[in-house]
Amino acid sequence: MTPEEVVVAIKDIIETIAPDEDVSNLDHTERLRDQIDLDSMDFLDIVMELRKLYGAQVPEEDYKELATIDGCVSYLHPLLADKELHVTAKV
Amino acid sequence: MKPYDAIVIGAGMSGLAAALRLALFDKRVCLLEKHELWGGLNSFYTLDGHAFDVGLHALTNYVPARTKGAPLTKVLRQLRLRHDEFRLGEHHHSELRVPGVTLSFSNDFGLLESEVARAFPDQVDGFRRLAQAVREYELDEEERDDPSGRAMLATYLSDPLLIDALLVPLLYYGSARENDVDWSQLVVLFKSIFLEGLCRPEGGIRPFLNVLIKRLRGTSVDLRMRSGVRRILHDGGRAFGVELESGEVLEAACILSSAGYVESMRMCGADAERAHVATTDRGRLSFVESISVLDRDPIALGHTAATVFYSTRTPFRYERPNTLVDTTSGVISAPSNFASEKPLKENLLRVTVLANHDRWCALDDEAYAREKEQLADAAIAEAASITSDWRAATTYRDVFTPRTIRRFTGHDGGCVYGSPTKRKSGATPIDGLFLTGTDQGYLGVVGAMMSGIAMANRHVVTASSRTPASTGATT
Repeated sequence: MTPEEVVVAIKDIIETIAPDEDVSNLDHTERLRDQIDLDSMDFLDIVMELRKLYGAQVPEEDYKELATIDGCVSYLHPLLADKELHVTAKV
Repeated sequence: MKPYDAIVIGAGMSGLAAALRLALFDKRVCLLEKHELWGGLNSFYTLDGHAFDVGLHALTNYVPARTKGAPLTKVLRQLRLRHDEFRLGEHHHSELRVPGVTLSFSNDFGLLESEVARAFPDQVDGFRRLAQAVREYELDEEERDDPSGRAMLATYLSDPLLIDALLVPLLYYGSARENDVDWSQLVVLFKSIFLEGLCRPEGGIRPFLNVLIKRLRGTSVDLRMRSGVRRILHDGGRAFGVELESGEVLEAACILSSAGYVESMRMCGADAERAHVATTDRGRLSFVESISVLDRDPIALGHTAATVFYSTRTPFRYERPNTLVDTTSGVISAPSNFASEKPLKENLLRVTVLANHDRWCALDDEAYAREKEQLADAAIAEAASITSDWRAATTYRDVFTPRTIRRFTGHDGGCVYGSPTKRKSGATPIDGLFLTGTDQGYLGVVGAMMSGIAMANRHVVTASSRTPASTGATT
């Protein structure tokens, strides 16, 4: 997965867990929590989906790395570099 | 058989939400329901060709999609549901009626504020401060000293008539405590009814439940109908499974029970009930409800409000009556006065009044049938006297009593709102057994779902994510 594909992967997961949100307009540097009101339980959902879809393990102490889309890319790209992108949310 | 990660007792709103939530985390879940229908206190039935909902008057907690921080948004998010799947229609307005005063309110809080300013000009500043205090109150699942809601209201408002007018919906829509409600519960109710709002799912509770059931069918949840629990199995300290009425034994690491605190303790055996249930844990409040089918739209009779909360007596009394029913206060619900895409199949008016469970259960069958009709007549006569008289337009009527509620929900005393003592952490004296639903403390349909989700998260999802060995992860 390229860094661009990691963006697609993370937005797809957000769309899966928050189907009412429009993920296309998300700012990559602003905190996700502030843009779409994700709370700590929602981050657990994101982490769960990363594990289910890509086998990526994110320990609890690293959740803070996922605060923004850019943060997700920096943190997740090394973990997902050799994985194939899956897109699951219904468009 | 391999133990489940969790057994959920009761396929009502909290149980359905808990099971769905756990399924998203790949937990092995068994959802047990003793009846042939799901929904619990918000189920449905058909009688002589008429389709009725059991408990639903209105859904509280209405907010538009994507409203930040609102319980409805959280519930949808955590179950991964879209707001528009439920097709929620808002009420145009509802009313609070106490002797000499009618206050209208809608999902625009400004209406109630201006109504209070009109009818109680010297109270409106206090009312605004009350609303601000409610907005700023942080809700959580921690146990703490909870002052009396009535006493807290009196610190903002001095007119007992206004306090009564506000208490009718706040108590009728969720208080298990006579004549009062815990302050934290009052905050939840005030937000859910006045600051958020009332709505009705298109088509009533059936399509709403269908969304949940359809979603559940797509998961690995083992949904078992007609599977009542005879006993919760434990070794004195820790629960490890249940024995069904059929004798079958199911094991699980965790049990979430929506049966109620007292009922769950009884399932743990006579010793547990004796040791852990106090008289004050037992609820005392139940209701009689009548549903009238009308030959015309209630609006044609002058009944324009979606919901009317009334007390014809001051002070308003919210307590177990010494008689079969107390007709001096109640709630009138007109499902057709909520916005809907299609006209309703039938025009209905529901009237709910307080009732005494023990007295209803002491009647023989003949007296029961007679009293049911006579007292429904009396309740409707009193309700009709304050809005519009729909009795001549009635073509069919069904009545249910505390006896009916007890039979179909299994809640002791027909107590819709459960035990007066809420256990917000969900914990019980038995490890591994947690409460969800009304006795955990959230209220209403959205609240019940929130309860199921919160307890599933707290006692199963995060409990096991802290012990990586049990997550079943494959990397």
